[in-house]
Amino acid sequence: MPAGNRLSADDLTSRELGLMQSPNQPSAGRYPAGGLAFPHRDLTGIGQLARHEILYLLDEAEQWVDLNRQSKKKTDLLRGLTIINAFFENSTRTLLSFEIAGKRLGADVVNMHAAQSSVKKGETLIDTAMTINAMRADAIVIRHASSGAVRLIAEKVDCPVLNAGDGQHEHPTQALLDALAMRHALKLPIGSDLNGLKVTICGDILHSRVARSNILSLTALGADVRVCAPPALMPEEVDVMGVTPFYDFDAALKGANVVMMLRLQQERMSGQFIPSPREYRHLYGLTPERLAKAEPDAFIMHPGPMNRGVEIDSTVADHPTRSLITNQVEMGVAIRMACLEVLTRRTRQVPGWDAVGAAA
Amino acid sequence: MIAQPLTIIGGKLVLPTGEPQAGAIRSENGRIVALGDVAPQDGDTVFDAKGALVAPGLVDLGVFAIDKPAFHFGGITRAALMPDVGPPLDHPARVRFAAQSGKPDLWVHPLAAATRGLEGTELAELALMRDAGAKAVATGRAWIADSGVMLRLLRYCAMLGLVVVTHAEDAAITGKAVATAGEVATRLGLPSAPAEAEALAVSRDIALAELSGAHVHFRQVTTARALDLVRAAKARGVRITAGVTPAHFILSDLELVGFRTFCRLSPPLRRDSDRKAVIAAIADGTIDVIASGHDPRGPEDKRLPFADAEPGMAGAETLLPLTLTLVRDGEITMARAFELLATNPAKLLGVAAGKLEVGTEADFAIVDPVRPWVVSSDKMAAAAGNTPFDRRPVEGRVTALFKGGNRVD
Repeated sequence: MPAGNRLSADDLTSRELGLMQSPNQPSAGRYPAGGLAFPHRDLTGIGQLARHEILYLLDEAEQWVDLNRQSKKKTDLLRGLTIINAFFENSTRTLLSFEIAGKRLGADVVNMHAAQSSVKKGETLIDTAMTINAMRADAIVIRHASSGAVRLIAEKVDCPVLNAGDGQHEHPTQALLDALAMRHALKLPIGSDLNGLKVTICGDILHSRVARSNILSLTALGADVRVCAPPALMPEEVDVMGVTPFYDFDAALKGANVVMMLRLQQERMSGQFIPSPREYRHLYGLTPERLAKAEPDAFIMHPGPMNRGVEIDSTVADHPTRSLITNQVEMGVAIRMACLEVLTRRTRQVPGWDAVGAAA
Repeated sequence: MIAQPLTIIGGKLVLPTGEPQAGAIRSENGRIVALGDVAPQDGDTVFDAKGALVAPGLVDLGVFAIDKPAFHFGGITRAALMPDVGPPLDHPARVRFAAQSGKPDLWVHPLAAATRGLEGTELAELALMRDAGAKAVATGRAWIADSGVMLRLLRYCAMLGLVVVTHAEDAAITGKAVATAGEVATRLGLPSAPAEAEALAVSRDIALAELSGAHVHFRQVTTARALDLVRAAKARGVRITAGVTPAHFILSDLELVGFRTFCRLSPPLRRDSDRKAVIAAIADGTIDVIASGHDPRGPEDKRLPFADAEPGMAGAETLLPLTLTLVRDGEITMARAFELLATNPAKLLGVAAGKLEVGTEADFAIVDPVRPWVVSSDKMAAAAGNTPFDRRPVEGRVTALFKGGNRVD
């Protein structure tokens, strides 16, 4: 874990105290009792969550961070449950992360690769959802190339649905794992928000669901969020989401505590959005020189996959203490375990969780 | 079919100007022969309107399907069919067939495809289609991007005396957009295009209309900037007219929240300030036509992720009551409402209908303007229930309909 500048003995103590509580209720007392702490059946987006619900998932994930660092990483909390990962869009790391998360919780995990080309538009999408539903899955994890597709499926099925990325809309577990990675890097205790943290998100904001979910999550947690992109990749009126837009990367970096780089999503672009990768790097590449414009100890993040030499230089991506890129991957498994565990509590008849969760 | 002489008594006639007046109206051989203080003659079929409005049957300029039950429910006696049917109306035989398809109780006025296959490159056989019954020419759902093709089209149609109905969205800016750029599209992560795509298209086509002398009708103008351009061009005397559908003066892009595909329209719903500009343009005469854009779509086209769904709404049944909201709000008079719904579209199509006047077709809608009802997606007469107005209470309902002097069942 890289050294942060906010470390204090009190913080460590409170965090350790938090971890010493019962493994299922690491954050008891801080949140509404039972299912009221997270009264949603599905996780379709950060946009549906209140600040304390985001924090609740982050705090729940802490126990799984610890478990995942032990040699025996398995629990049987979800034994007997079936989780289906229905990925209508290609993915390697998110699928793997969800699969590992489900397996470490003891669930039976089935991966369904329904590449977009083989799925003939919507009739099959709804039909596929109904088919999965009829197989009595206990949770469905969905990735789809169209914004709103996960919510559409969620309306049709009877079990919890987790959004693993829908079009350009949301990727909630990514935003949660990013917040958790920041909290760990800054050595902040359980229950902490990110108040006052300056985060610069740079890249293809327009096409990025990671950016949207992170904007919602980080602003809810009190961070000062700047977004930086060339005009063609900047969404209209993005400032109403509570962020400051920049075209000039150097200006956006000034005073930043965290720099989050996004890749160009060529697959969502029709037509030319930037003249060339070389020119993009010239303006928006995170080089060591450019990183120097941020705070001296600023952390570097990237949701992956990276295009080294385009939006980020290798020396920056591989920085031994300031790059959080592998920490993000680590936190991803813990966050997904937390989400799967929390969303299946109703099915598992965890006391206090049986009567809630009807609302999405 | 030759109609019996018909006299409608006890109604309030919606005349081209002024408030509706108590009176009767009489027709022979399908045409109006007298109105005002007239009495039924021997042998007449007599219909007592019992105080309801007697209005011209609606002339719906620009529908995407022939959906007779929905049209009759909505008081529509004539519908101008857009060429975007499969296969497109780009051949005289198809135009002739379409022109006969609704008779006798619904007259379909086919709009000839401006270009072959609606591809926007080669002109279709417009004169042959005119003589086969096409009442105007339309570019279809899309804009003709090539300005050279558009200019040749307009010059040719000016010669033939055909109105050109265009779709006003700059295709290159619009691309695959399904929403108007702004907060809602940004939050939902929907592909979007700036509202100015419409103003650009309108601006070009005004210039080409001026150059060619053709009459261009913008089927839907939905943004403040484009309406300003139309207003200014009309003031200069350019031969252009503009239309809109009720969705664009009642709904804004806030309706998209929740990815409601029934609100996926083309052009997309705009921001609220544009919605208000549309109402102002209807009130000041900049907009000439309100049409339904009727486009029934089943679940296979609509129960999809938003961007994958087809655009369009089933609008025939709600056209009249939603337009009457403007009357109730004091934006327009009752006479103006029917000018927008019947008189002006009939004039654009060059048909002797759409107003209560001696010599025009005896197409009447008997309307109870305050009868309340609730729009219900499940119970619609239309081929599909894709209305963004589901569960909305409205007022105004057609209680009887006459086409060419004959009662429509």
